[in-house]
Order: sequence, then C-alpha cells, then structure tokens
Amino acid sequence: MYAYDEIDRTLVNERVSEFRDQVKRRLSGELTEDEFKMLRLMNGVYLQLHAYMLRVAIPYGTLSAPQLRKMAHVARRYDRGYGHFTTRQNIQFNWIKLADLPDALEDLASVGIHAMQTSGNCVRNVTTDQWAGVAPGEVEDPRIWAELLRQYSTMHPEFTYLPRKFKIAITASDHDRAAIKVHDIGLRLLKNASGETGFEVLVGGGLGRTPFIGKVIKPFVAGRDILSYVESILRVYNQYGRRDNIYKARIKILVHELGIEKFSAEVEEEWQAMRDSALQLDDEIVADIRSRFQYPGYQTLSDTPDELTAASADPQFERWLNNSVAKHQKPGYAIVTLSLKPIGGPPGDATADQMDAIADLADKYSFGEIRVGHEQNLALPNVAKRDLPALWQRLDELGLATPNVNLITDIIACPGLDYCSLANARAIPIAQELTRRFANHELAEMIGRLHINISGCINACGHHHVGHIGILGVEKNNAEFYQITIGGRADEGAVVGTLIGPAVPYDDVANVIEDIVESYLALRARPDELFYQTVERLGVEPFKERVYATR
Amino acid sequence: MPLVKKGEIVADAYLHLGDEAEIPENDSALVLAARFLADPEAILNRGHSTGVIWPNNRDLDELVPYLGKLGVVALVFPTFRDGRAYSQARLLRERYGYKGELRATGQVLRDQFVLMVRAGFDAFDVRKDADADAFAATVKRYSVFYQPTGDGRVTALHRRMQARLAANTP
Repeated sequence: MYAYDEIDRTLVNERVSEFRDQVKRRLSGELTEDEFKMLRLMNGVYLQLHAYMLRVAIPYGTLSAPQLRKMAHVARRYDRGYGHFTTRQNIQFNWIKLADLPDALEDLASVGIHAMQTSGNCVRNVTTDQWAGVAPGEVEDPRIWAELLRQYSTMHPEFTYLPRKFKIAITASDHDRAAIKVHDIGLRLLKNASGETGFEVLVGGGLGRTPFIGKVIKPFVAGRDILSYVESILRVYNQYGRRDNIYKARIKILVHELGIEKFSAEVEEEWQAMRDSALQLDDEIVADIRSRFQYPGYQTLSDTPDELTAASADPQFERWLNNSVAKHQKPGYAIVTLSLKPIGGPPGDATADQMDAIADLADKYSFGEIRVGHEQNLALPNVAKRDLPALWQRLDELGLATPNVNLITDIIACPGLDYCSLANARAIPIAQELTRRFANHELAEMIGRLHINISGCINACGHHHVGHIGILGVEKNNAEFYQITIGGRADEGAVVGTLIGPAVPYDDVANVIEDIVESYLALRARPDELFYQTVERLGVEPFKERVYATR
Repeated sequence: MPLVKKGEIVADAYLHLGDEAEIPENDSALVLAARFLADPEAILNRGHSTGVIWPNNRDLDELVPYLGKLGVVALVFPTFRDGRAYSQARLLRERYGYKGELRATGQVLRDQFVLMVRAGFDAFDVRKDADADAFAATVKRYSVFYQPTGDGRVTALHRRMQARLAANTP
C-alpha cells in the first residue's frame, strides 16, 4: 500500500474545499452549468439519466480495508447501498445528490481517497495490473511508477484542459492485465541490456468510435526520463490535437493523421529541448516513493498446506480453487480473485454490506489489502494458502465465489441505458441474460477462457472492440439493436474484433451468442484452442454463416 | 473586463487595437499578431511599449525574435476549455526566457487562476467582476504542487526530500 503523507492529504483536502465552493457557486447561480460542467467532471461528477453519478478513483487499483469501508459508508449514506466497479479502476455511485457531493468527498478524503480527474479532458486515473507487486515474474512493482505519474498528472497546470481525455496504463508483466495497448499512453516496464529500469512507450491506442491499437513510439525510455517524455507527448498533443470535433480529439486521431513517424519526431524534438529539466527523476526521489509503499510481512509458509489438501476433496472448492486462485510471488501465498459477476447479477456491482465484509476478510486474510481490476472484479492479493478453504466458505456465503473468472459469464459491461445518458441501448440486462444462459459451470469450463464485452453505445466503455466477443448497442428505428464483433483481444496481443454482420435485436442477442459458441465448440481444433484462437485461424466467415443462416 | 495584476485590479495601460485602428505614436498599444508581424520594427520603434495578442494556434517561433522588446504578450483562451495557451505560456517563460507581462485573455475565470499562475501568467483579463475581486484569495487556495514549472514553487517531491534532510540533520 502507498501511504499518503501530510502533503498528499493536504492537496486532497484543498481540492474538496475548492469543490465545495464551486458547488455552492453553482447552486447560487454564480457559475453557469456550462462553466460548472468541466469542474464537476474533473471531480468525478457526471449527470446521468436519473441522477448525478460520482466516479471515485482507486489509483492503480489498490485499496486498503479502511478505504473500502469508507466506500461502503458512502454507498450507504449518500447512495442506494451499492457501488459499481468500472473498467478503469474506479468505483461509481449512481444516485448521489449534488448538494451531498462535497460531504461524500470529504468523507473519502479522510482515508486518502478522491475523485480528482476521474473525468474531464485531463489525465485520468493512472491504471495498472491489479496483481502489481504480487504477480510472479513481474519486472518490478509498476505502482511506484503509477504513483509518480499520478502525482505528476494531478492538477497539472498545463494539461488540465487537453483536447480530450487522456488515459495512461502501465504493465510490468509479460501477460498484460492492464490493457495498455488500448490506452492513450501505454507503458511496458522492462529492463534494458544494462539492467536499467525503463519503459517501452506506446501511444495512440484507444477504443470509442474509431478504435486503434497503440503504436510503439519509443522502445526504451529510462525510468528517470519518463515524466519528461510523457510531458513531451502531452505538450505535442495539447498543441496539435484536434479541438474542432469531439470525436476526432483523442490523441489516437492525431497519431493516425500525422503518422507515427512524424508524431514521434515531433515528440522527440520537444523532448530533446526539455529532458534535462526538473522533471528528471533521480534515484533518491524514486526511492522515496518506493519507501512509502508498505509490503506485507510475509511468513515462511508451506506451499502445500494440509488445510488445502484436505479441502480439495470438495469438488466445489476445487473448482473455485482452479478458477479464481492464482500463483503468488511468495511460496505459501496466493492471489484470490473475487468474482463480481454472479449469475443473473449486474457485472461489477458490490453492495455496501459486501464491501464491508470484503474489508474484514482483507484484514483477516490479506494484510488489509484489496485490488480492483479492469475486468470489474476484486482481488485479495496476499492470502496464505492454508487460509483458502476458510476464505472460500465466507466468500461463498457472500456471493463472491462464483467460479467464473475469465470464463464466458465473467462479462465486462458498461452501465448502458439503465443509467447513462449517452447510451443507445441497455448493456446490463444483456449481460444478466447471458450469465443465465451459460450458468452451468461445466459448460463454461468446457468453453474455456472467453471474454464477452458489452457497450451500450459507440463510446465503448465496455471495451466491446477488444472482447473475444464484443456486443455494441445501437439504436435502429427507436429500438435497441446490437452489433456483434468477434476475435478481439485486450491483452499483449491486442487486436480489434471483426463485425460479423448486421445488428440483431435485443431479444435475439443471447441466441446469437449461443450460436457463436456452439460453432466454436464444433470448429475448435482441440479442447484447449481458445475461442479467439479459433477465430484467428478460421476468420469470421464460419461464425457469420451460422448466425445468419436462419436469420 | 477588469485587469488583475499582482493580485489587484488595475487600469490597463495598453490601448487595444483592432485591425483597422491607427497605431498611436505616443501610447502603449496591444496589437494582433498578424498586424504586428506585418511590420514589427515600425511598431516596436514608436518609443512606446508594445504588446502582442498571440493566437493559441500560431507557432511561437515567429514571436520569439521580438520577445525582448515586447511589454506584453497576451495569450488567448477562446473558451476556458481550450488549454493550448497554457503550453504557450510555459514555453515563453521556461524555454524562451520571456520576462515581460504575460496576460491571459478570453474566457478567464476564477477556477483556472491557479493553473494560469503556475503556467507563468502574471496578468489576467478577468471575465467576471466577482472573479477579479476573488483573485487574491483564490490563488492561495492551494499550498501543494506536484509539478515543477517556471513559477518556482517547490514541488511535493522536493518538499519531502527537504523534510527528510532536515530530519536527518541534528
């Protein structure tokens, strides 16, 4: 965990007090809605279909137990008793009143949590691998760099009114759990030949109306130079990014229009002019940030404790163990994913009671630490293997042990037309129906790893382009229709999926997905050929034929 | 629109000239970039101070040769949401060493004062009277700054290092 010091806390408190003043001026009419809108967005406040929504940042996906309890408190006191975890390591409260917002933010600030820059045309919450610091084989803990970037980008005097929003993600593992290739800047932590820590820098990835996979702009930027290099990218973007059309304003369009060579030359020129500035990080500064991440005092424990062996006789436990528990850096410990995707439930929601219970379990079993991943699930990153059976019992009682992590019912979905004023179509009920269709765990296991992503509109908050199966809600003659893409990927091999054909109506979506899955089961070369691999091998044609043969 | 300098509302010493108005021989004048560039020497050699209103989409390279002779550079925020002038301001101050008055013009509102000060602006053509009155209090709202910019404020990272150093020095 990163511990905020007095300096960080002061800034968060000053921000809350500023926002309190802004809300007051809005309520008195001193600020127009046009003037207030950007200010509230930069404090995480959206106006949705039915109410204001507050999006709170969970920097690099790490939460302490007291922080999660405070989220539960906000859900209970100011909202309707639940929160929604998003695809960018944030939590959203959907029913909050404008006049209550400053108080809610003040409560969150008391545990070092804030909503700064979770929206607006600024640098958003810097995200990373939810297994950072515990994943075997990672280069080093990417959260140190995420925290440096968080501080650097918070209230940046030059880059708070960019052409459009700006998202940065970091991975330190070969298997990219942070989806860096679909971010405005993607950073892959690595060591160069001389053992120096640095980053491969990608730029111009993004989804939305015009999806692009990020391109490598520089194969290696040393850690000490990362802030100046990011600043160079932001400065070129701030000056030349399009501001005439909101749909062409993201950096991906600038990179695309200029071409990566020209864009990188512009950045390089800018960087050469300022790389030796005060932004250069010396080892001491990095060490200072590193020293404020506290790591658990791990014990020397057996990697095959008796408790685990005994519990493995229970097939339900065994199924959960195989599905939701991952290898840890330390022997005797494991990373446990908590599925927020119960059969029939809205993806990514957690009730206040669940949050409190998870915080208690984190205290008891995970050194007080909780993680939030972009797949809208939570994780307890530091569980002693001997405690797994006891933990599973409790999670099962809480409805948090559905053994469907990375399976077809582990669906990513945006809030869609149930909440969002931008949406064309509902996303949550589609997800709920699909989880019912594939509720049988044997079937889901037989299908294997398969990511379904659902967005209720072209803004693509559900990352449908990079779902193995992507479902995009569109409006057609005042009715909800859905375009289906297949073969997308969000990981290190990121690729945008291919549309299989005309959009299908709301009632037919689950049938179409069943047809696609049945085709896959019939077509796969071997049981361990994953869905996207079959699509890669055969193309979309056989799936298309099957889906549209009778439609 | 009130002009705020050094935290106070002051009279504007510069005449704002449109494209047509005659350039006064014996008064300070603020002229548009295109007009200035048409004959910079003539305007600069009047014996009175000259300011230039520089659009936010025009390359600063054309302005740089004259910086030492200008009394004011006025950068433009067509709306407060268009942040290009922040980059121009920092470049003028930090890269090109511009020392004269750097004026924020356009939709200049209270809630951007802190950012503007940090980017190097020291004069503000404030849109609303109430915002101008609140200037001094508003810029003191924040005491913590994460980024090093030309305004010289000590960053959080360096404050921590200093605190550590002080703690280790008996």
